[in-house]
Amino acid sequence: MSDSALALEAIDKRFGEVQALRGASLTVRRGTLHAVLGENGAGKTTLMRIAFGLMPADAGSVRIDGTPVTLASGADAIRRGLGMVHQHFTLVPAMTAAENIALGGRGRLELRAVAERVHALGERTGLRVDPSARVASLGVGAQQRVEILKALYSNARVLILDEPTAVLTPPESEELFAWLRRFVAEGGTVVLVTHKLREALAVADDVTVLRRGECVLTAPAAHLDMIALVRAVTGDEATEPFSMPDIEARAGSPPPTIPRTRNRGPCVARLAGVSARDARGVERVREVTVDCFAGEIIGLAGVEGSGVHELLRLLAGRLAPSGGVATLPPRIGFIPEDRLRDAVIEEFTLTENVALRGAGRRRGRMPWPALASLTAGLMERHDVRAPSPATRAGALSGGNQQKFVVGRELDEHPTLVVAENPVRGLDIRATTHVLRELACSAEAGSAVVFYSADIDELLPLADRMLVVFAGRVREVPVERTAVANALVGAA
Amino acid sequence: MTTRPDATGSDIVRPDGVRPAAARPDARWVITAATGVVIILAVLGILMAGGYDTPRALAALWNGAFGSPYALFSATLVRATPLLFVGLAVGIAFRAGVLNIGAEGQLLAGAAAAVAVGLAVGAFPSLVALPLVLGAGALAGSAWAGIAGWLKLRFGVLEVISTLMLNFVAAYLVSWLVRGPLQEPTRVYPQTVELAPSVHLPALITGHRLHLGLLLAIGLAVATWWFLTHTAAGFRVRAVGAGIGAARSAGGINPSRTTALVFLASGALAGLGGASEATGVTFALYEGISPGYGYSAIAVALLARLHPLAIMLSALLFGALEAGAAAMQRDANVPSVLASVVEALIVLGVLAFDHTRARGRYT
Repeated sequence: MSDSALALEAIDKRFGEVQALRGASLTVRRGTLHAVLGENGAGKTTLMRIAFGLMPADAGSVRIDGTPVTLASGADAIRRGLGMVHQHFTLVPAMTAAENIALGGRGRLELRAVAERVHALGERTGLRVDPSARVASLGVGAQQRVEILKALYSNARVLILDEPTAVLTPPESEELFAWLRRFVAEGGTVVLVTHKLREALAVADDVTVLRRGECVLTAPAAHLDMIALVRAVTGDEATEPFSMPDIEARAGSPPPTIPRTRNRGPCVARLAGVSARDARGVERVREVTVDCFAGEIIGLAGVEGSGVHELLRLLAGRLAPSGGVATLPPRIGFIPEDRLRDAVIEEFTLTENVALRGAGRRRGRMPWPALASLTAGLMERHDVRAPSPATRAGALSGGNQQKFVVGRELDEHPTLVVAENPVRGLDIRATTHVLRELACSAEAGSAVVFYSADIDELLPLADRMLVVFAGRVREVPVERTAVANALVGAA
Repeated sequence: MTTRPDATGSDIVRPDGVRPAAARPDARWVITAATGVVIILAVLGILMAGGYDTPRALAALWNGAFGSPYALFSATLVRATPLLFVGLAVGIAFRAGVLNIGAEGQLLAGAAAAVAVGLAVGAFPSLVALPLVLGAGALAGSAWAGIAGWLKLRFGVLEVISTLMLNFVAAYLVSWLVRGPLQEPTRVYPQTVELAPSVHLPALITGHRLHLGLLLAIGLAVATWWFLTHTAAGFRVRAVGAGIGAARSAGGINPSRTTALVFLASGALAGLGGASEATGVTFALYEGISPGYGYSAIAVALLARLHPLAIMLSALLFGALEAGAAAMQRDANVPSVLASVVEALIVLGVLAFDHTRARGRYT
């Protein structure tokens, strides 16, 4: 028996003109937690999809427990003891946790037996989930536990997690990592794909860094520090303070100072005793009063299910209050969390996506030439890398799509900007860019409401911190422990 | 929080920031052409396997469609005209994500209303009577589709089911009309009396059956294209069809309102098709007034990839196919249902290739 649980050797993969992976190798020792780092487009997801049998490699080999294998599908990989938790969960919302877990099975379906096994598995591993709960009613953390249970249910010994903390709050992330460490201590193996360098350093045994499809670094985490990782990930020597708020904050050094005058202007948006219900009629926001002032950045925090998403939509004018009075400015820029669902239409060109803004009120003819030049200018100003305004939005990378959305929403200097997890899933460069745009927007006089699931992203930027808990809003000092306590409803 | 399959695409980015598309827009037309070649081969295979005189059958097919002025102006283009109306109806609906497969019923409603009004206004001069008759057809088609639209928006009834069911209701309604209130006075034949000449659409070429309806349909095709690409309302239609969430959230578009308008517009186009058929070809209402134009429309629209200008070409192709198939049956004894087989193959081919393309995008 080899001591590597999973080994990928000299993997090549090409998509059309793009060489996605160039001789990439990854050896994951059994009983370790191995972090795979890299920017968007570095090839992390492609490598993992090859490891899990979701796509074939052009060249190279895959070994599981030292045995060379050819995986034809994810089902093949599962039979060989791999389990994958995708960044976007693959659960059926209308089905219960137990039904979701039973999905990959064969033969007769005995739901009660499945539910019992799931319950027992949850007790044994500490991943507690109500097997009879409908997935749609579960929070994101619980959905992720269902995903992991699904893998464990098919006896996975190697877990691949793709950006598992992107959607989690800090306490949920800590809980997940504590669990992963226990899983590893009991002989399991974990591959953790992430953007968050601090996270990787804190929990991983080994680290592999991918850049442009090549493995540029593999080393034990204990031998690495933030500086080395940043260099490996970006290939850059320069690390100016403001360009790396992410890194600085995560590295534990003091938050970077943002060159802002922080002149607080007049109140431009006001929620007065506002309540709101979600799509199912459940009251999520309860008699909340919030004032937004021109030129300030309000950091907004809240766990899944706290009503924070409904509050953001109220402020963005995308959700009508069920009670109270919302006074909002006419021009609002909204950057929603789910970009592909709520912000861009992938099969439309960039120009058409720009035209989307205000399309509900537009009359008469579409001024296409003017829209195209507006788009070209917007791409220039907001560093959107695409061949032309006529490029389909779906052809852009995630980071460029997000820069495009941010550009579109901020370009006309809206009075109020509402940003919901705007840097989720972005690499360091794109993160820096987006955060800087938000800061500039406030500097130019917009009121900015910035929500992130990651407190460390909020603290350096926020002038004030509001925390949503159980549908109510509380203002807390801009400091980590105060926010973390308020998130879970502690004083 | 959303739960959905891992479909956000690969991590692959070219240096210029562009993720490669498995099939570029132009490649779609190559695929369409490839579908055509496969279908032609399949037809040849069927002919040969069936022991038919293949060269003779193919000659009949060609001659029946394009071989003579009669074939072109009295068969092919005459059949292409209603197909163009209903193809546009299906095309604009599908573009908005409204799966209206009830163009047949809307066409029948339009034809029935046109004939009913036509019988009443026969004494008026053409310039007054024809607009009234065509308007009645459009309105009736709209109303018929509007039922399905209302059911969808009010109760969430899937339009695939409601529009399909309404096709049968419309067909029986026509049966009842031509045996009841609208039946000719002798009460022998299940049909209405012939419309007065003042409500006949004028022929385009003397001695041929081709009528003004074709020009009207071509005008509507161009108008539909212009509407979708150049107007704000058309842009809303496309946005709702391509991404309803982004249309609502980023565009402030009210999808229900756009959907309602599309139901009405789609029904109006199909209804006009029925009115044009009744006033340009049949001059009366009877049960078999449509040989399933509303169903062929789905193939017409899909083959044209829902592009209004391309729908003109696919309607021409289908008109030729149906005219040619009729000739093939006469001259070479090949059953004319072959045309339906080809239509079905086209729908399957387009859907299969689209599926491949969608999968290719994500892997």
